Amino acid sequence: MASLRCFLRSGKVFVVPCDICIINSILLLQVTVRDALNQAMDEELERDERVFLLGEEVAQYDGAYKVSRGLWKKYGDKRIIDTPITEMGFAGIAVGAAMAGLRPICEFMTFNFSMQAIDQVINSAAKTYYMSAGLQSVPIVFRGPNGASAGVAAQHSQCFAAWYGHCPGLKVVSPWSAEDARGLLKSAIRDDNPVVFLENELMYGVPFEMSEEVQSKDFLIPIGKAKIERQGTHITLVSHSRMVSLCLDAAAVLAKEGIECEVINMRTIRPLDAEAIETSIMKTNHLVTVEGGWPQFGIGAEILARIMEGPAFNYLDSPAVRVTGVDIPMPYAKILEDNSVPQIKDIIFSIKKTLNV
Amino acid sequence: MRKMLTIISNVLRGSASRNGAELVSESSTLRAVLQLLAVQSEYANLTYPHDHDLDPPSLLKDTQPLSPSVEYKALGSGQSSGDSGPHDRPLTDVASSEAIAQKESYVEPVMTSGSSTSEELSMVTLVKERISEREKNIFEKIISPVIDVPPSPALNTGARVVVSARTYADFTPQATFDIKKCDLHKLDEGPPLQAVLSREEGLQYYRTMQTMRRMELKADQLYKQKIIRGFCHLYDGQEACAVGIEAGINLSDHLITAYRAHGYTLTRGGTVREIMAELTGRRGGIAKGKGGSMHMYTKHFYGGNGIVGAQVPLGAGVALACKYLGKNELCVCLYGDGAANQGQIFETYNMASLWKLPCIFICENNKYGMGTSVERAAASTDYYKRGDFIPGLRVDGMDVLCVREATKLAAEHCRSGKGPILMELQTYRYHGHSMSDPGVSYRTRDEIQEVRSKSDPISMLKDRMLSNNMASVEELKEIDVEVRKEIEDAAQFATTDPEPPLDDLCNHIFYNDPPMEVRGTNPWTKLKSVS
Repeated sequence: MASLRCFLRSGKVFVVPCDICIINSILLLQVTVRDALNQAMDEELERDERVFLLGEEVAQYDGAYKVSRGLWKKYGDKRIIDTPITEMGFAGIAVGAAMAGLRPICEFMTFNFSMQAIDQVINSAAKTYYMSAGLQSVPIVFRGPNGASAGVAAQHSQCFAAWYGHCPGLKVVSPWSAEDARGLLKSAIRDDNPVVFLENELMYGVPFEMSEEVQSKDFLIPIGKAKIERQGTHITLVSHSRMVSLCLDAAAVLAKEGIECEVINMRTIRPLDAEAIETSIMKTNHLVTVEGGWPQFGIGAEILARIMEGPAFNYLDSPAVRVTGVDIPMPYAKILEDNSVPQIKDIIFSIKKTLNV
Repeated sequence: MRKMLTIISNVLRGSASRNGAELVSESSTLRAVLQLLAVQSEYANLTYPHDHDLDPPSLLKDTQPLSPSVEYKALGSGQSSGDSGPHDRPLTDVASSEAIAQKESYVEPVMTSGSSTSEELSMVTLVKERISEREKNIFEKIISPVIDVPPSPALNTGARVVVSARTYADFTPQATFDIKKCDLHKLDEGPPLQAVLSREEGLQYYRTMQTMRRMELKADQLYKQKIIRGFCHLYDGQEACAVGIEAGINLSDHLITAYRAHGYTLTRGGTVREIMAELTGRRGGIAKGKGGSMHMYTKHFYGGNGIVGAQVPLGAGVALACKYLGKNELCVCLYGDGAANQGQIFETYNMASLWKLPCIFICENNKYGMGTSVERAAASTDYYKRGDFIPGLRVDGMDVLCVREATKLAAEHCRSGKGPILMELQTYRYHGHSMSDPGVSYRTRDEIQEVRSKSDPISMLKDRMLSNNMASVEELKEIDVEVRKEIEDAAQFATTDPEPPLDDLCNHIFYNDPPMEVRGTNPWTKLKSVS
């Protein structure tokens, strides 16, 4: 119901640019990613007494990006906690609370600030279950916007998918659509392990269609499974988060030229669904990965290495390539910033090069 | 021989109970008898299987109307007659007749070797003047052949303490001790200046501290033999902290500490076997060999944390959960003088205070953060004041009673909803920072020796108990023997238990997850991982 209110408030209907868009008697809602996250948290807070949210400005401010709007009014000080600007401290407190039996959602205003607390995420949360040989679990979710935003410059634009994706003991998810956001956040909250939930600020306001099934309170997306957003035959595009939109846009453009791209939305960074990618490559014989983060030791690098080491290598007709952010700190000026991240034309260019067309 | 000695004892006992004589001094005849009895007890010691019951003599305990805490041991141990304090049990006459009835079994329990000697000594001395001619003859016949037996240590001790008129003199069941005043910060009242210690408590603290001490020393030994590797941070010298804190809280409370954690693992419910096997990296270890020295966990004990200072926010988080779940539990959150300068600790002070978390922050100030003395590391070494808006107290960490009383005060403070409180325990570690640090490059051996001789926590407790007749030397020695045995057994287990199976390599990555595949060192190696 909150989603409907939001829809009415925003007053616009956005048609998703894909060929299949059927509005029939089934109640299809347009829900923004922000609202999907909000609803997911609301439902999980209601479902389990032990779930609580803490972070900067999450309570009385309604969330720095309004993701937690209305939750404090509904649940109060005990469940929605405003913290001082002390990431290392409150991340540690969240991990300790998880160790003692609660199920915290720890929000980082952006994942750039999580670097101050990364010791708690890795050494206190991720490794503990292993170090204790199963005695001590840490059911915690770390969430917040990740990656480039708009005009926020170098210190506020880094993508941490590769950093967190590197560490055993963590689950790392990166939703793209509202459906992803809802299902994955619910799964993350219900998961008994530390989950790093990488959102994207530029996606918060983007509405998506949400079927009735997705709207159900127990709609969960399994962590570790990718989704094929668009079927194709000529080339596989693998991406996560906002870049999935760009891949779909590129695919739409290329479809007019007769090139059918298969677009895979990773959904989860760790554990990586290599099988889905391999199956796709065995069909299309070509691979291009697309990410917003830096190239060196990045998501694309890992995917390519895995494909090389796996059975799908023999099915590649040309070397797999990565489309990534430019290997520089993010500049501020719009023209520079625009050229620091992959654009649709970059993706199309790489696809054509790979296909040798 | 045993039977003969039994007869003698019976006779003496009978005489004693009939006469209730006053003690005079020893004679050479008496000494001979003492030696004889010492021999008897040693003989018994060697030949009868050890009874591992912690309350010897167990056989007697079942049949006696006495309270279990009263021992049938060191009688007349240092108290003047007529002043033996309150007792739970009936008078000695009744007791002694019961004892006679149980005479056969009484000789058996070997743990009381020393004490049975002293008991019988007192019997003997008491009736010295009353021995009949007939009895004297029996003595002469038995004693002469063994007159050259050198006195056992137990013998000497027993002889020393035989002064009481009572035949089964009591131990003081409890005593009050003066403890050091604590410096206070933003607190109106500190802990009381006196602490009451009961005999049971004293013995329990003694045992635990001694176990801790021996365990750490054993770990030192094993490390030097390269059976333990990697990090090993030893706790000896600081035992009063762990034991005192545990005495001030409940097992249902929570505790988290840094890497010098073996002592706390013990007080929080770990066994010596599990701890040592974890140090040696075997499958019987408390964390199945996967954690090592710094990562041991038990119920309501969150380790063992390797990153200096990281455990403090974790502890506050545990306290948050305590408050959230409303179970009136609290969290004790320990860190060292080195960690006390960490930024995240101040972040934690702030939030714990803001949200009134039931958290006792405890700084174990052992004067050195690795190799850096406190003066070189901290602009303010008043660690109990560093919490600023958090009330604090500075406690003598070498005195287990002082620590206990302070912890009780702190626990009361937290449980009443007043928020966090900070305690600085002034303590000392005998070993270096870790096994790779000899511990003498930044401090003098004299300093270490001085602390050992003047402030050792175990000695302090021992002296207190002995000088107040709360235990006998033999009794404490027995505890030492038992502890040594326990440590030996544990070390034996720790060195012989097999290492974890290779199948376990990838397990315990995630909790409650279906089995998954983990990449090995090369693309062809796919390892299995279960929760």
